[in-house]
Amino acid sequence: MSTRLAREGRFTNKSKAVSFTFNGKNLRGVEGDTLASALLANDQMIVGRSFKYHRPRGVIASGAEEPNGLVNLGKGASFEPNARVTTTELFDGLSATSQNHFPSLEFDVGAINTHLSRFLPAGFYYKMFMFPRPFWKHVYEPFIRKSAGLGKAPKERDEHTYEHFNIHADVLVIGGGIAGLAAALAAGRSGARTVLMEQTAHWGGRAPVDGATVDDISADEWVKATVKTLEEMPNVTLRTRCMGAGVYDHGYVLGYERLTDHLTQKDGTKHRLWRVRAKQVVTATGAIERPLSFAANDLPGVVLASAARDYVVNFGVSLGDRTVVVTNNDDAYRTAITLKEAGLDVPVIVDARAHADGDLPAQARALGIRVETGKGIAKVKGSKRVTGVAICAQAGEGAVLEEISCDCVAMSGGWSPIVHLWSHCGGKLSWDPDQAMFRPDLDRPPTGADGQPYVMAAGVANGHLFTAEGIADGFMAGRAAAKAAGHDKKPGQPPAGEDTPENPLEPVWLMPQGASYALRSKAWLDFQNDVKVSDVQLAAQEGFESVEHAKRYTTLGMATDQGKISNINGLAILADQLGAEIPDVGTTTFRPPYTPISMASIAGPAQRELFQPVRKTPMSDWHTANGAFYEPVGQWRRPYAYLRGSETVHEAVNREVVNARTNIGLLDASTLGKLIVSGPDAGKFLDMMYTNMMSTLPVGKCRYGLMCTENGFLSDDGVVARIDEDSWLCHTTTGGAERIHGWMEDWLQCEWWDWKVYVANVTEQYAQVAVVGPHARKLLEKMGGMDVSKETLPFMQWANGTIGGFDTRVYRISFSGELSYEIAVPASQGRAFWDALLDAGEEFGIMPYGTEALHIMRAEKGFIMIGDETDGTIIPQDLNLQWALSKKKEDYLGKRAHSRSHMASADRWKLVGLETLDGSVLPDGAYAIADGVNANGQGNTQGRVTSTYHSPTLKKGIAMGIVHKGPDRMGEVLSFTNIGGEPIKARIVDPVFYDKEGEKQNV
Amino acid sequence: MSNAVSALDGRTSAGDVTVCEDGLRGMITLRGDLANTKLKAVCTGLTGVDFPAQGHANCVGQQGLAWMSPDEVLVMVHHDKVADALEKIAKALKGQHHLAVNVSDARAVMIVEGPYVRDVFAKLAPVDLHPDAFAPGTFLRSRLGQVAAAFWMRDAQSIEVICFRSVADYAFALLEAAAKGGRVGHFPEG
Repeated sequence: MSTRLAREGRFTNKSKAVSFTFNGKNLRGVEGDTLASALLANDQMIVGRSFKYHRPRGVIASGAEEPNGLVNLGKGASFEPNARVTTTELFDGLSATSQNHFPSLEFDVGAINTHLSRFLPAGFYYKMFMFPRPFWKHVYEPFIRKSAGLGKAPKERDEHTYEHFNIHADVLVIGGGIAGLAAALAAGRSGARTVLMEQTAHWGGRAPVDGATVDDISADEWVKATVKTLEEMPNVTLRTRCMGAGVYDHGYVLGYERLTDHLTQKDGTKHRLWRVRAKQVVTATGAIERPLSFAANDLPGVVLASAARDYVVNFGVSLGDRTVVVTNNDDAYRTAITLKEAGLDVPVIVDARAHADGDLPAQARALGIRVETGKGIAKVKGSKRVTGVAICAQAGEGAVLEEISCDCVAMSGGWSPIVHLWSHCGGKLSWDPDQAMFRPDLDRPPTGADGQPYVMAAGVANGHLFTAEGIADGFMAGRAAAKAAGHDKKPGQPPAGEDTPENPLEPVWLMPQGASYALRSKAWLDFQNDVKVSDVQLAAQEGFESVEHAKRYTTLGMATDQGKISNINGLAILADQLGAEIPDVGTTTFRPPYTPISMASIAGPAQRELFQPVRKTPMSDWHTANGAFYEPVGQWRRPYAYLRGSETVHEAVNREVVNARTNIGLLDASTLGKLIVSGPDAGKFLDMMYTNMMSTLPVGKCRYGLMCTENGFLSDDGVVARIDEDSWLCHTTTGGAERIHGWMEDWLQCEWWDWKVYVANVTEQYAQVAVVGPHARKLLEKMGGMDVSKETLPFMQWANGTIGGFDTRVYRISFSGELSYEIAVPASQGRAFWDALLDAGEEFGIMPYGTEALHIMRAEKGFIMIGDETDGTIIPQDLNLQWALSKKKEDYLGKRAHSRSHMASADRWKLVGLETLDGSVLPDGAYAIADGVNANGQGNTQGRVTSTYHSPTLKKGIAMGIVHKGPDRMGEVLSFTNIGGEPIKARIVDPVFYDKEGEKQNV
Repeated sequence: MSNAVSALDGRTSAGDVTVCEDGLRGMITLRGDLANTKLKAVCTGLTGVDFPAQGHANCVGQQGLAWMSPDEVLVMVHHDKVADALEKIAKALKGQHHLAVNVSDARAVMIVEGPYVRDVFAKLAPVDLHPDAFAPGTFLRSRLGQVAAAFWMRDAQSIEVICFRSVADYAFALLEAAAKGGRVGHFPEG
């Protein structure tokens, strides 16, 4: 059984007990534990069930590579699924539940799948669930979703806060082992702005556990001294609990810092996402030990050899009283030696190699440990945990030579450098046959915009598995990175490392090498996704020769651990099956993040009220206080209607329309875009921007204008006012202000850079209010100031002056068809002006109206709306706006496009008015039905509704739409689609429903 | 005019790092040939500060000049002096192609002050705020969260920031949240 040892761990403080729960059970750990070490100290070997067969699974590793130990953490608003027990630090009050079990962890009905495994081979889902087709949606998928699932989705809103942090660095070192520390030391001493990130809470990586020495002191002491030195350097930032998650183009790197995950009191920022722009990146990310593929290697109690010694050394926890070590290398002997020295029993070291006569095997033998060379494990015995192993000849097919009882198996298949971050941006790998591993190919590094490398791998991650070469490599990488970043102060000599020499490993991809099908079908590669040696072999047999295809067919490496311990073993099996060399099969793609990071850290501060900026006009507070029912328009929120008392939105809209048409209405039009275009060539420029002529507009006058893209499609519209000889003010739609500003700058900067024109966006400088209705003039006259009479300020003119003491610019323009003044005042006075209008207008029955009333009034007048009548496929001709296409101008954006055959065709859908025969309102977007069906068997159509409203003025439904040759078909009755009902009949009419002569606006 | 109010009417947020909306500020967007001596002269005359180099701002109190782009400078004066300043610019640059517009009310100005003011901005803006790169005098046009912003250091512990008026609420709340999030401890002290 696994238990807490008498000895203290490097990280633990046994005098401080920490209580936590696992599946509701109260357990105790100690300060410094991870959840994994605490569970193991409580003999909680089973921590989860596998994804497909629901096999009992225990902790296999001690770090980020752990595939099995995934738990749900916390409750309610701090619930978090898929937390890795090996990287979850224990704190008082931690509550964890295991995942993927039903009904309980100890007894799981899904485990029946393991007995059905011969019916659930690789690609099973693809083969089984294809037919009959409707079954997938209605039967298979719901069932699979229920029985599968790694973790649950949180149900409550996350209560924590998250943030980003943007920095620039000369050298970013990822990984705080001895190589990373040495790299940071060299870079820091060279004078570079250096950042060092370590994903765990501790500096030093594996070296202290493995008994290395540096500069003649223990690695532990060297690490402490070096961290202290680095902390004192002002140009170096050190960060633990901060994982280098991804390396992106241009030296952009994400660091994922977990600030409160290890604390009981989780006040303040939970996760911080470091967004680093680094000139050079050093990846000193270490290596991951590989499992060995033998039968039942997934039983709880079978662990990586390095993990077994980590738990003893770092946490004072043993995984079993009797541990069988199985290996193909010398390094795993360290585990046997560590366990033996901790007073635990190691009945045998099973070494697949024919000879084991290096220093470490010699030390093990000297401790009295039996070493069996040329042997392998035929099978692990036990059901829910290890009870023993059956030993066989590695060269054979698995005939059992001997059975040895044990409660733990520590396996080592060699080490794979962690090349993820090196590879994220295109760093290539080469196969090192001597060490049986992929390592960074230094001749093919990730390169930046200048074609120069910007990522360097260092230490173990660079394939230097031994202390001396690893730490020197780290130091040299730090120095080279600093130099590449422009800092070349001499950093001194690299630290000198030393460890026990090792003999070469012997690659072992299957144990025993001739294992029978029965054994291969129980030899796990991917523990989380339940992929076995037999599955990969089947995939190869079925033609999935590409490693990427085999991965997807078998799901190898597709679980939340992304195959950290399984990928190399899997592709070696694939290569063997294909009769190919491992480097020829290659690896799957390494993609960020290295391990999953919280979605909330990506959002950063963008949650709750900061989720998105909401743009506010100077009058927004008034709107909110007066019943505004908002709608989003771009990033603005505009009042759709102002609700009074118990009114419905529909009732409010009707009231607002009627009031504006009979008394007086106010509209907050501040959001409309306002661009100043100025310069000697401004007229020429606007003649290009607009389809109609703007250069001839007299000073003091307004003109409605259309803008098209160069492909001829309608892009924006608005009223343009000529301010003076060289300046025009162009109104855009609310959503178009920034876009059209950018559009104008684009043409000026990239195409007509020699034209003398400046553009400024003054949208927010002004609060603009539309004063609309028969009493509009009376109100302004009452407030006093400038002459707003028809004679002085006629329709489609503007003037500067004062109204009620406010400095204003008044435009006689109308989007409602009523007598209308649009009045701009400086934004700082917008609210005061609005209040003054309401005050003075009371006697005239003044009421503000919202965007829906605006829409209805413009539709009653047959005015088009960008975004309703247009959708990016509509040209002015479609909307009968030929009058706005200048024939005098040589060119304007869209002109040439309009002469393309399909654009110029008479065979297009064109704007008409639509009136239902029964006065009802047509559904928005409804299609006009035509005879017959198209090539896809769908009913043909001949038009569609673009705007549709109930008109309170006309007391019936009115609509606009585009209909095939519509204007030529006045009076014709069409049928329109009506989802869930009978088609609706509507007559084609003139789109101007109200005041066709325009008398009301021109008074 | 007496009824003129700034976007947030002087809102403040207390804490180790404070955020204060600084009220109305006169601002003129001036586009033209920045090498032109008349342009430089009228700018420096209006503000009493030196003409800034690329990427820099010179500001004293409410008055100052900020380099916005190769053909744009932001002229800051007292809010009630804008009309006067526009007149002077028009006179000085008569006959020369330029554009000068009042954008005072299109903006909000905030001052963020405290020991870890760099951290607060580094949480929100993707720029280099290390003292080697960002010190009193340097001027950055970047973004805060999801909105455009321009900012510069008044002194080692305070940063002045301009954003659009419509998003002042958002920018203020964002700065306040970043300030409350506390110190990160990356930048050298001082």
